[in-house]
This record gives sequence, C-alpha cells and structure tokens, in this order.
Amino acid sequence: MSHDLVARRFLPAFDNPHLAKLDDAAIFDHQGRLAFTTDSYVVTPIFFPGGDIGKLAVCGTVNDLAMMGAVPLYLTLSFIIEEGLPEEELQAIVDSAQRAAADAGAMIVAGDTKVVPRGSADRLFVNTSGIGAVPEEINISGGNARVGDKVILSGTIGDHGIAVLSQREGFRFSTTLQSDCASLDKIVAQMLDASSNIHCLRDPTRGGLATALNEIAAQSQVGIRIEEDRIPVRQEVRAACEMLGFDPLYVANEGKLVAMVAAEDAERVLGAIRRNNLGREAAIIGEVTAGRAGRVVMKTSIGASRIVDMLVGDILPRIC
Amino acid sequence: MKFTSEFRHSELAQGLVSRIHRHSQTPARLMEFCGGHTVAILKHGIRQLLPSTIEMLSGPGCPVCVTANADLDKAMALAKVPGVILATFGDMMKVPGSNSRRFTLQEAKAEGADVRIVYSTMDGLNIAMQNPERSVVFLGIGFETTAPTFAASVLQAEQEGIKNYYILSQHKLCPPVTRALLDSGEVKLQGIICPGHVSAIIGSRSWEFIPRDYGIPCVVSGFEPLDILQCLDMLVTQIEKGVARVEIAYRRGVRPEGNQTALKLIDQVFEPCPASWRGVGIVPQSGLKLRERYRRFDAELSFDFDPGPTKEHPGCICGEILRGMKTPGDCPLFAEVCNPEQPVGPCMVSPEGSCAAYYLYGLDK
Repeated sequence: MSHDLVARRFLPAFDNPHLAKLDDAAIFDHQGRLAFTTDSYVVTPIFFPGGDIGKLAVCGTVNDLAMMGAVPLYLTLSFIIEEGLPEEELQAIVDSAQRAAADAGAMIVAGDTKVVPRGSADRLFVNTSGIGAVPEEINISGGNARVGDKVILSGTIGDHGIAVLSQREGFRFSTTLQSDCASLDKIVAQMLDASSNIHCLRDPTRGGLATALNEIAAQSQVGIRIEEDRIPVRQEVRAACEMLGFDPLYVANEGKLVAMVAAEDAERVLGAIRRNNLGREAAIIGEVTAGRAGRVVMKTSIGASRIVDMLVGDILPRIC
Repeated sequence: MKFTSEFRHSELAQGLVSRIHRHSQTPARLMEFCGGHTVAILKHGIRQLLPSTIEMLSGPGCPVCVTANADLDKAMALAKVPGVILATFGDMMKVPGSNSRRFTLQEAKAEGADVRIVYSTMDGLNIAMQNPERSVVFLGIGFETTAPTFAASVLQAEQEGIKNYYILSQHKLCPPVTRALLDSGEVKLQGIICPGHVSAIIGSRSWEFIPRDYGIPCVVSGFEPLDILQCLDMLVTQIEKGVARVEIAYRRGVRPEGNQTALKLIDQVFEPCPASWRGVGIVPQSGLKLRERYRRFDAELSFDFDPGPTKEHPGCICGEILRGMKTPGDCPLFAEVCNPEQPVGPCMVSPEGSCAAYYLYGLDK
C-alpha cells in the first residue's frame, strides 16, 4: 500500500531528481551556513477555508526557515495516514503541498508514508523538516531585540485560528473568513533588501501574537510595549472572539510575521512589507523598551495599560 | 457590523474618566458582581484610570468559581459511570474537585471517561440523538443566563421523546446570593455594579431590593469599557447625591422587566431550591432544580454514583475572594502554587475568575 502510494501519488506530484532516485537519503552539496528545522501538523479539519494540512505543513516549515533569514531549499514530508482516508483527498493535499513548495522555491527531496489502523491517527498527520541557506551577513534571532527597536506586524491577527475553528463540529458559524496560511519567504527577502537592521523575526502561530512577543521579550531580556489600537484585527475575527470569549492576541496565525527593526529603518521595512500582497495591512504596533525584562505591556484603547502574558494551556470557550 | 469599537472610544472614555474624577469626593467601595466585569476592568486597565476614592472589589458572579467542590465531585463521579457521556462547557474541564490528586474532568477524559466539550445545550441533545444506546449527562452550570437554554433542551427532549438525555442541574441565581452577602455584613459596600447578561434575563427590577433594603446604589452595566465607565459615573453620581436606586447603563441589552420568554421557560421547567456556593455556603432559594414533572431528566436521581467525601484545599482563599473580603493578591498560593496551568481553586481556572484575571492582566508575580 505505502509503496503504491509513493509511486502513484507522491513521485509524480513532487517530481524532482533527488526524489526520483528513490534512495534512502537525498544527497546535495552545500557551502556556508544552513538553517535546519522540523515540525508536525495535526490540524482538524484537514481542509479548511484558505488551505489544507499539506499547504499548512509546507508554509509552516518555509516560515520557520524564513524567520531565521534563511532561503528555503529542501524539505522532507512524511505522512501518517489513518486507514480509510479517501485517496482523492490525499492527492489534493499532496498537490497543494507541492504548489506551496514550488511557490517558495523549495524542493521536497525525501518523504515517508505510514498507514495506521482506524483510530490510531485523526485522518492525516504530517511531519516535515526543512533546510535553508543563511546568507553570510544575516544575523536574525529572537535574542537580538534592542531597546528602541520598532515592532512591526505584517497584517491582521487571528485569521487562521478563527477560520479553522469555524469549521469544527459544534461551532457551525458561517463566515467568509479565510486562513492566512501562506509562505513568508518573499516578504522576508523584500525586508532584508530594505534594511540590514532587522534584529528578530517570528511567525506568531500557536499562542498568537501575545506568545510570540513574550518569547522575544524573554529571549532578548527586554520589555515590549504595544498599542491595542494599532494592531490590525478583522471585524469578523473580533466578532467571533467576542462571541467565544477569546482574545485575538492569542489566536493562531499561519501567514503573519512580527519583526523587531532598528527605529531608523522601521518605515522603510514597513514599506517593503506593504508592497507585498500579503503585507498590505502591515503596521508598526509598538516598540522595544528598557522596561522589565521579559514583560509585554499593552496600551489599551481607552488609554490605560495592561500586561500581555503568554498563553497558558488551551483556550477554552466560556459558559456565559 | 461593528459592535465593539464604538464602545472602546478613547476620547469618550477620557471624558467619562474626567467626570468621575471631578465628581467623586467620598471614598466608595464598589463591588462588580460579575466575573465578566472583573475581566473587562482588568483587561482594559480601567482601575488605573480611577481616582483613589474608588475601591473595586470582585463579587461571586462566576458560575465556575462558585460551584462547590461537592458538586464538582458529582460531575467527576458521573463521568466515570459506564455508558455515560458527560457533556460540558469548556471552562469546567480544568477545575479540580476534592480528590487528593486534584482530579479534573480533563484528567477523567485522559483516563478514558467520555467527556465532550460542547457550546450549547442543543449540542448535548444532538449527542444524545446520535448515541441512543448511551446516556448523555449535561453538566448544568451557570446563572439565569444559561438556565433558559437548559430548560429549552429539556422541553425539546420531552417533545421529541429523547430518553437518554439528562442534566445535572447546578444552576444558581444571582439576587439571592447578593442578599446573603449583604446580610452577612462582612463587607460594607457603597455601590454595586449589577451583572449585564444576567440582568438582560431577570430585568433590572430584580435588584430593587438592594437600594430599598440596604440603601446601596445599583447600576446595571455592559461589558465594554465605555459601559463600565458610564456605570461608574452613574454610581458616583448617586453616592455623591446621597440617593440609592437601580439604574441601567446598558440600555441596549437590559430592560426593567427582563426577558419574559426566558423567565417563563425557567419557571416552566425549574423551581428554586437551596444551593451550595463555594465560600458562601448554603443559600436558600438560590439554586434551580427540575420540577416534579421533569424529574426523569435529573441525572442525580437517575444514576447510581458515589462522589466520595468532599475536601477543600486548606490554603485556597477563593471563598473569601468570592465574598469580596479579600483580593487575589492576598492569597499565599497566588501565582506561585496556583496558576492557570496548575490551578488550585476555580477562580484561577475560569476565564471569568478573578484570580485568573489578576494573573493574566494585572498583578506582578
């Protein structure tokens, strides 16, 4: 079954010389620094407005590389398939993964499939790894934020989390909202062209913007101050959050980034992001401060301020 | 459709804040009854904007927080009865009962109990219809706001002949516990922010006993910053004028007479009964049980289960916090031993609990 799947479904879709050899490992030359990352995807449902688990897996891995300033080169893709998943659905996911990889200029050079008995997996799990080349002069890390840096967000928050949630059994609210699932490598390339003073990049996925900012504040041992009114949130995301008792700051994104950039370059970088279709609603949302290390503070709409903490546990909908 | 941004308007908020500063002369201790208000006040930073004359206290208005350990233990025990599917709202999942291992429904689920998070009572009914060979018990936690939806589900179950749907009614009523708090004399209040959603059901008239019997001004508030600031301004005005009455700062949601349809539903299916409130104890006529005619939907009467002996955590001061006597900062367990990841008391679990709200938005830890 697995061999058959590889021959019929994967090889034609991911067609490239590394994979076609069908050896135990892909071999390639390299020079200079490499970035190497891995992730697993277990999203429910596997198809959602704006994407599917295949696109999500590739974009997520490409983004992890891009957040280090790396140019994505090679990806691996492993599927754990629950017995009974229709082959057409698998094909659609494989095709969409390939489109996303091609779009990011990355090659899927190795993979694996396992079919497990019904109940041992939830339809389809995907594991990825990715290798990217880090150009010589690049030094981007969550630990590099400096006091005075501006905090730039590339667009609206919460779109992915709410789009996926709207499809889950039990919610059934209809919305035209789409997941923001997208590769950010091109935006990052444009940003790096515009400035050599980009200190941190992070994609606020699970745990949302709040968690990403807290991670950076802790890693860099700085304070971060943001302004509620400057954070772009779609009206439909805001509405769904109000209804369910969620805070958009904690809802997942799959196609957004937050950057810490030297103040003098901030407007130029913002312009570069906005020139990309995915970054039209980008905004400067705050700055890095000498405030208490690891602490994120937000100026609220009514002019007071509050602490923005990490996400703890899962977000659970409320009673009333 | 926009419905929040106009209630978060910075300049209007500043205007109300200035008015409150100008008018408030007398030191006033105000209680926000509802956990939703506690969260909104901390989340938007409203406290920092108030003059030093105003002290804010949290009240018992969080349904998860006031659920007694004995009642939680019943839910855990029911979840383990073979063949039972326990349906619950999400925020009950992580509340520890009195088991020595601080056992929660989430852990019961991990150990194989069939516990399902649902979003409305109709979801509970659907699970019952889809699993005719099983028994579905819906954990009926909430105030006057959720009670009508449980009543509607019972009526629908009866109409459609659904025989495997049960509720464990632990519903509680807000006015009786407020009276109990005021009667205890433990805390002296100069004003009360009455709950918005609950008042949408029961009507602002239900609070008239407070100014009449206790001379305390009451204002019903919504949950947006401008609602709360307007409510505070109205309370300060009453206090400074030396009057006490019930007013509404949430006219888009609340009428004096409330929602008659919802009230009739509650009355048709439920009758008042004594209820046990965490930290407060048994309060007469403050709970809801199924009326005689609907007893066959009562999970407590329909299953054989043993919740075991009830214990309270010795260090937890949730009870005193719920009575407005202490604030989360007074608790020795706060943040160190008790946090949203490892909650000791329910006030740290519920998103509407005052400990969780202080932890997330306010206090240094």
